[in-house]
Amino acid sequence: MNRAEDRNIRIPFGNCPKVYRAINRWAIFGCPFGTPVNRSRSSILFAVLALATMLVGCRRDMFQQPYSKPLEPNDFFQDNHMASRPLVANTVARGHLNADQAFYTGKVGTNLVETFPFPITREVLEQGRERFDIYCSPCHGRTGEGNGMIVQRGYPPPPSYHIDRLRQAPVGHFYDVITQGYGIMYSYAQRVEPADRWAIAAYIRVLQKSREAKLAELPPAERAKLEEQK
Amino acid sequence: MAQIFGKSSSSIARVSLVSGFFGFFVFWGVVYMIYWSSWTTAKGVPREQEVPFSHQHHVSGLGIDCRYCHTSVEKSSFAGIPPTETCMTCHSHVWTDAPMLAPERQSLATQQPLNWKRVNDLPDFVFFNHSIHVQKGIGCSTCHGPVNLMPLTWKAHSLYMRWCLDCHEAPEKQIRPRDQIYNMEWQPPPDQRERGLQLLKDYHISQQRLNQLRDCSMCHR
Ligand code: HEC
Ligand code: HEC
Ligand code: HEC
Ligand code: HEC
Ligand code: HEC
Ligand code: HEC
Repeated sequence: MNRAEDRNIRIPFGNCPKVYRAINRWAIFGCPFGTPVNRSRSSILFAVLALATMLVGCRRDMFQQPYSKPLEPNDFFQDNHMASRPLVANTVARGHLNADQAFYTGKVGTNLVETFPFPITREVLEQGRERFDIYCSPCHGRTGEGNGMIVQRGYPPPPSYHIDRLRQAPVGHFYDVITQGYGIMYSYAQRVEPADRWAIAAYIRVLQKSREAKLAELPPAERAKLEEQK
Repeated sequence: MAQIFGKSSSSIARVSLVSGFFGFFVFWGVVYMIYWSSWTTAKGVPREQEVPFSHQHHVSGLGIDCRYCHTSVEKSSFAGIPPTETCMTCHSHVWTDAPMLAPERQSLATQQPLNWKRVNDLPDFVFFNHSIHVQKGIGCSTCHGPVNLMPLTWKAHSLYMRWCLDCHEAPEKQIRPRDQIYNMEWQPPPDQRERGLQLLKDYHISQQRLNQLRDCSMCHR
C-alpha cells in the first residue's frame, strides 16, 4: 500500500495515521493539523487557542463592582480606608435630630425624668423583655439579680436591680445608663434604639415589681389561678 | 486499488463512538462535581481569622443571642459584623490578657477596625436582604447551618443561584414561626407542608408574590 499514492489521489488528510483516517469516516474535523510530524506542537497550539478563547470571558469585574457595600474597605477615602464614613462635623444624620430631650436623653435639663415618654402597653413590655434578654441578661441575669453567665465566667458582678437604691431610682436613670454606660459598663446606645431603651427600662420595672407584688394586687382571674395552686 | 481503511478501523470507529458518547457525560459530570465541590464553593471549610472567634463558645457555651453582635439583622439588608467595642463590652474584663485577643486590643487602641475575612460573600451583581427573610420566617440556621456548633465559622451552603431558587420555588418547606428564627436546633416538623402553607398565608405571601420571587430582577437589580 502506497501512502503517497493514497494521499495524492483521493484521501483527504491522507497523511494522518490510521486512527485519523478511521475517524475521517464520520468526523467533521478529521486531522486538521497537517502532517503527523508536527502534530504534537499543533495540538498544543490548538489547546492554547481554545483555552484563550475561554479566558476572554474571565474577568471578575461583575463580582467585585466598584460600588461600596457596608464595612467594605475602600481606598477612595484616605482617612480610614473604609466605605463606612464618620459623621461630618457640625451635621446631623437624617432621622437623628433628637429634638425631644426627655425621649432621647432621659433627662429634662439635668434632672432624670420620672415618667415614661409614651404609654406602656403589653406590646412594649414584650418588646422590652426580648431586648433585655438579648442585651442585658448575659451580665444582669434574666431576673436582674446580677448573676448572668458572663459574671459567672469572671466579669465583675453588677448590682442587683432589687436593691433599694435602684428600686427608688427614676426611670430616666435606667435609660441614661443604657445610653451613656455606667462605671465599667459600656454604653449600649449603638445597639439599642431609643424606643427599645424605654421598653427595657419598663421591663426592669416589671422585674422589680415581680419581687414585691402583693396577692391582693393581682387581677381576680390570675389570683384564682394562684390560689388553686396553693 | 489498495484498501483505504484497514481491518481494525471499524472497531476503532466503534470504540471511539462509544467512548465519545460516554466521555461527554463523564466530562460534564466531572465539571459538575468540581463546580459543586467545596473546593470551588468553600462550603463547609472553616475560615481562619486573625482572632480565632468561636461561635460555639459564645453562643452554645455562654448563651449569647445572635443579635447581641449581629445587631442590624432584623432591620437592614446587612447583618453586620460586630465592631471591636462590642467584643470589649465583655473582654474589657474577661480574658483581658489572652494572647489570642491581642489584635482586638490593638484595634481598640488604634481605632482601626479588625479585618474579618468574609465567609459568606455573594457576587456584587446579586441583591440580598436579611431583614425580609428574617421577618418572613426564614431562620438563621436554614441558610447558615448550625452556627452555634462552629469553632471557626464556615459556609453551610454553596450560595449558588440554584440554592436560592430551590427555596424561592417552595418556601413552605423551610418557613417557620417568627419565635423560632433564632432557634439553631429547629428542624421542619413532619407536617411542615401544611404548616408552611398556613405560615405563607399568615405572612401575606401570595401566589403572585411567589411567582415574582423567581423573576431575575428580584435578585439582579
Ligand atoms: C457586659 C456585662 C453587662 C451588660 C451586658 C449590661 N450590663 Fe449593666 N452593668 C454591668 C456592670 C458591671 C455594672 C456595674 C457598673 C459599676 O458599678 O461600675 C452595671 C450596672 C448597671 C446598672 C446600675 C447602675 C447603678 O446605678 O448602679 C443598670 C441600671 C444597668 N447596668 C442596666 C443595664 C441594662 C439595661 C443593660 C442592657 C441594655 C445592661 N445593663 C447590660 C454590666 C453589664
Ligand atoms: C459574641 C458575638 C457574636 C455572636 C453572639 C454571634 N456572632 Fe456571628 N460572628 C461574630 C463575629 C466576630 C464574626 C466574624 C468572624 C467569623 O466569621 O467567624 C461572625 C460571623 C458570622 C457569620 C459569617 C459572616 C460572614 O463573613 O459571612 C455568620 C453567618 C454568623 N456570624 C451567624 C451568627 C448566628 C446565626 C449567631 C447566633 C446563633 C451569631 N452569629 C452569634 C460574632 C458573633
Ligand atoms: C457577652 C460577653 C462576650 C462578648 C460580647 C464577647 N465575648 Fe469572647 N468570651 C467571653 C467569655 C466569658 C469568654 C471566656 C469563656 C470561658 O471562660 O469559658 C470568652 C472567650 C473568648 C476567646 C477565647 C476563648 C475561646 O476559646 O474562644 C476569644 C478568642 C474571644 N472570646 C473572642 C471574642 C471576640 C472576637 C468578640 C467580639 C466579636 C467576643 N469574644 C465577644 C465573653 C464575650
Ligand atoms: C435566606 C438565607 C439567609 C438567612 C435566613 C440568614 N442569612 Fe445571613 N447571609 C446570607 C447570605 C446570602 C449572606 C451573604 C450576603 C452578601 O454577601 O451580601 C449572609 C451574610 C451574613 C453575615 C455576614 C455579614 C453580612 O450581613 O453580609 C452575617 C453576620 C449573617 N449573615 C448572619 C445572619 C444571622 C444572625 C441570621 C439570622 C437572624 C441570618 N444571617 C439569616 C443568607 C441568609
Ligand atoms: C429558605 C428559603 C429562602 C432562601 C434560601 C432564600 N430566600 Fe430569598 N426570600 C425567601 C422568602 C420567604 C422571601 C419573602 C417573600 C415575601 O416577603 O413576599 C424572600 C424574599 C427575597 C427577596 C425580596 C426582597 C424584597 O425586598 O423584595 C430577595 C431579593 C431575595 N429573597 C433574595 C434571595 C437571594 C439572593 C437568595 C440566595 C442567596 C435567597 N433569597 C435565598 C426565602 C428564601
Ligand atoms: C433568588 C435570587 C435569584 C434570582 C431570582 C435569579 N438569580 Fe441569577 N444569581 C443569583 C445568585 C445568588 C447568583 C450568584 C451565584 C454565584 O455565587 O456565582 C446568580 C448568578 C447569576 C448569573 C451568573 C452565573 C453564575 O451562576 O454565577 C447569571 C448569568 C444569572 N444569575 C442570571 C439570572 C437570570 C437570567 C435570572 C432569571 C431567570 C436569574 N439569574 C434569577 C440569584 C438569583
